[in-house]
Amino acid sequence: MSETITSELALVNEISQFLFLEARLQDTHEYDEWEALWTSDGVYWVPANGDDIDPETQMSIIYDNRSRISLRIKQFHTGKRHTQSPRSRLGRVLSNVEIIETSGNEIRVAANAMVFESNLRAETVWCTRNEYLLRREAVGLRMARKKVVLVNNDKALYTLSFLI
Amino acid sequence: MTTAISAHDWSNLIQTDRVHGSLYTDEQVFQQELEKIWYRTWVYVGHVSEVPNANDFALKSIGPQSVIMTRDRDGQINLLLNRCPHRGNQVCLEHRGNRGSFTCPYHGWTFANNGNLRGFPFAAGYEGADRSQLGMSKVARVGIYQGFVFGSMAEEGSSLEEHLGAARAALDALVMTSPEGEVEITAGFLQHKAKSNWKFLVENETDGYHPQFVHASIFDVASSGIGDLYSADSTAVARDMGDGHTEIDLRPEFRRIGKPMGWFGTTEERVPEYVAKMRAAYGEEKANQIMIDGTPHIMIFPNLFIAEIQIFVIQAVAVDETVQHVTALQFKGAPDLNRRLRQQTMGSVGPAGFLLADDSEMYERTQRGVNTRSPEWNYLGRGLARERRDADGFLIGDATDEVTTRGIWAHYRSLMEAQ
Repeated sequence: MSETITSELALVNEISQFLFLEARLQDTHEYDEWEALWTSDGVYWVPANGDDIDPETQMSIIYDNRSRISLRIKQFHTGKRHTQSPRSRLGRVLSNVEIIETSGNEIRVAANAMVFESNLRAETVWCTRNEYLLRREAVGLRMARKKVVLVNNDKALYTLSFLI
Repeated sequence: MTTAISAHDWSNLIQTDRVHGSLYTDEQVFQQELEKIWYRTWVYVGHVSEVPNANDFALKSIGPQSVIMTRDRDGQINLLLNRCPHRGNQVCLEHRGNRGSFTCPYHGWTFANNGNLRGFPFAAGYEGADRSQLGMSKVARVGIYQGFVFGSMAEEGSSLEEHLGAARAALDALVMTSPEGEVEITAGFLQHKAKSNWKFLVENETDGYHPQFVHASIFDVASSGIGDLYSADSTAVARDMGDGHTEIDLRPEFRRIGKPMGWFGTTEERVPEYVAKMRAAYGEEKANQIMIDGTPHIMIFPNLFIAEIQIFVIQAVAVDETVQHVTALQFKGAPDLNRRLRQQTMGSVGPAGFLLADDSEMYERTQRGVNTRSPEWNYLGRGLARERRDADGFLIGDATDEVTTRGIWAHYRSLMEAQ
């Protein structure tokens, strides 16, 4: 194999391993470890009513800046977040990992996820198309932006209180 | 159906300090609610700012019914039932848009946005048909108050103003939070579904007893002053405003603290542009009063909850399924405030909201709970011994008292007993 192909494969593998790690930390509710994957300017965005609404003017399901991500995690840790007591049982499959663009120390990535949730209400399947902006920092890859497009985000949704 | 109606003894199922669990779970009760409440009384549908221009439309609902809210070319608001009078197909499938007419995709019948039939293809086949009888059905009565659009499917009944009663003053106060005296609904809705009966949501909106417990997690970590408003020491008042409308009147607390913008958890220094506009619009004294008092926390029966910074539109879908449509209030002429309103609303409500995800958890657990056979009743006696009348003659109680819930049920009973 040529060196180019080898390095591309290495990058795909590195990114995939990072995304699988993120998926596992979400599935297992390892909140602090998950929060540590964010850059200091991270933005966590789950739009409503379509793929490309303007989150600055339109309502999103989640539009967290870094401090609000931290607040979300703190709320879980109180032990009084009723909708996660007991916690959702989760298993997700992440696939279609695709490197969209590499620019300097930043990499744009797309992936799809299917998430199976079991909680007190019922069993629910969530399907998402994700976009990530990953940044290479001294400690390794980190998320500067994660956009999660629920394919049914134009419809009424049940409570989504785990990390999607 | 006659048998089912006579089978329900409403005065037994709904008593002063308790209601029967079957009211939340019985399919026949739900069907009667549709006929006696949702398809008869005034129900909130949408806001004029959602259809600002001629020919704008937005897809809305009245309970399980799909309703198209249109502004016709004359500027009038129409509420059309989303059903083709030909073969029953759904005419409109878009959430919103701008069009002067709607064409049914099935056989091409076309309707003006006031519902009138404009035409059908191959018209020779309809020789002798009365076109005036073949328009889309309209919600019988449309009423607008301070831009809020309500519909009633009953041809006759009390006027919207009579229905709103004391709630009118709350809507009047709400719009004055805008320097231009208008509320706008422009930020799009989150649609949050709960496997629960709609009345659990209505009750919860002005239940001042639950926040300290259901929302303890966010009060603990967000340094929010909201929790104190619902403490046992709070001077806020729970009020039964009559006609099923209820509120938690937080003004006594905000006036006690006496800081403009305190109701919004901020200070006047942080929204200087807004404060300046308010003073210019209303004068120093009046503006200060508005900015101290804040916006209402009122449940307008049966489906419009104004929660200080956002509105919830409650849509009964089935006996055990309800959708909350929620969006930030936007005050005309107040962009700096509006940005904060959107951000706070996004954090608080919807499927992932810091507050509403926990409320909805309670709705669903309660729905499952009342299916348990005993004790059959939900007890609503909190504050019964200390409820009192205010200067306007309305029943009030402490912020955590169930005077509001009792008021909702007394009105509900009167509607269900009516023929």
